[in-house]
Amino acid sequence: MGRAAILALAMLAAPAAAQEHGALLAGACQGCHGAAGGGSQGIPAIAGTRRRAEFAAILRDFRENKREATVMGRIARGFSEKDIAALAAHYAARD
Amino acid sequence: MTIQRRAFLAATGLLATPRLARAQQAGRLVILGGGFGGASAARFARDHHPRLDVTLVERGARFTTCPYGNLVLAGRRDVESITFGYEGLAARGVRVVRQSVAAVDAGRKRLRLADGAELPYDRLIMSPGIDLRWGAVEGYDEAAAARMPHGWIPALQQVTVLRRQMEAMPEGGVFVMTIPDNPFRCPPGPYERICMVAEYLKRAKPRAKLIALDAKNGFSKQPLFQDAWRELYPGIVEWRGASEDGRVVRVRPAAMEVETEFGDKVKGDVVNVIPPQMAARVARDAGLADESGWCPVKPETMESARAPDIHVIGDACIAAPMPKSGFAASSHAKHAVACAAASLAGREPPAATYFNTCYSHVGPDYGISIVGVYRGTPQRMEEVPGSGGISPRTAALGERAAEHRRLEALYADGWYESITREMFGIA
Repeated sequence: MGRAAILALAMLAAPAAAQEHGALLAGACQGCHGAAGGGSQGIPAIAGTRRRAEFAAILRDFRENKREATVMGRIARGFSEKDIAALAAHYAARD
Repeated sequence: MTIQRRAFLAATGLLATPRLARAQQAGRLVILGGGFGGASAARFARDHHPRLDVTLVERGARFTTCPYGNLVLAGRRDVESITFGYEGLAARGVRVVRQSVAAVDAGRKRLRLADGAELPYDRLIMSPGIDLRWGAVEGYDEAAAARMPHGWIPALQQVTVLRRQMEAMPEGGVFVMTIPDNPFRCPPGPYERICMVAEYLKRAKPRAKLIALDAKNGFSKQPLFQDAWRELYPGIVEWRGASEDGRVVRVRPAAMEVETEFGDKVKGDVVNVIPPQMAARVARDAGLADESGWCPVKPETMESARAPDIHVIGDACIAAPMPKSGFAASSHAKHAVACAAASLAGREPPAATYFNTCYSHVGPDYGISIVGVYRGTPQRMEEVPGSGGISPRTAALGERAAEHRRLEALYADGWYESITREMFGIA
């Protein structure tokens, strides 16, 4: 077994709670933005499109009604700071 | 699991090595029901918990969604475009068993299938959907439903039955719809249906009327729907709530007549009865429902409050204030899978956050929505204060109104495409 596979097994054995939190929250995003976060029918792509800080800032702007929205303001007002950080880690492009 | 990590695992070959995966199996997850809850659970389990052995038990070969059924009624979609198979999930490693479930043996942790086979599980996720309460409206039984269609459970009766009756309706005819009290599947559904029927009538039979008789006084997205009826369908839609004697207690299919609580008789050329509902029989027979006919669950894990190692999700469970919607079922599903996996691994369950986003089409390029974010605590399911709510009313949107409505109609289509592609493993 190669080193990469051993590393992968280690990752499987110890899934980080934060990572799981992000994946679960992202489960809701997927409902509209697609399983891979690629968007659909005017719904924008969210996966790998922004750096982490920028992604979090957009969600905060939605939450604080500083960014024009249809549903995202109403959704983002349900997110805590921890939720926003987890989603940014899940979806953002690598910094 | 993040996308990057999944890609990494795929690259190392771990996801594509069934023998290795089986050797390290983390447990047998069996999912009953292949609708929004069950199919979403199967997909999420395959994507995020590759060591789980995932079996989906569903009696139908293909599934027609309830969402977008109203667009079939309007003539905007055909039923084929809202019907899906399970090949995509099977290709992703879900074992799909096409069988009815005869019984759930919670004590021995097995399902008994209609063909006599037994299916053992370590964790069971039940997403069985609903049954109609035949006879709850006097005279409304399965025979009556042929003349007075419900079109509410596609596996029982496709909405196309109602569509054909509507097409055959005379000029200047009357379409009667009866709507039940809460709780029921898809709280905005009857009101979206009013819009889609009215859209068809306005185009094809402009002198026809729609009379909606409702067992309650308030309903989902009410101000938005009522604004739309006034804006788009003046003179076509009449809605009567309970305080205006709108509660229908009796139907006479031979006379195409319904009767209200206080004895008003209303005749229709088409009569669409949306009857009261309850959790599907397989869940009730397993003792998972309470006296209300619905299944109580623990809000922090979606586990049954009545039997161990079983999660009940979707329309069958009691998750109020969450609505009985496809989006909510999919949200329950993902959390239930995570909790099942955590339990099998001896870990604490993750914190419970659930979501709902429900769009309704009310006219061409005119969509509206309701959103909710919820936390499941040991005591209750609660909406996050300050979050959620319905689209702004037209007056509040001012000159942005048309664009807002157009975008929500577009996003509704995007939501439908995204969630169905995800849950059926298409993409």
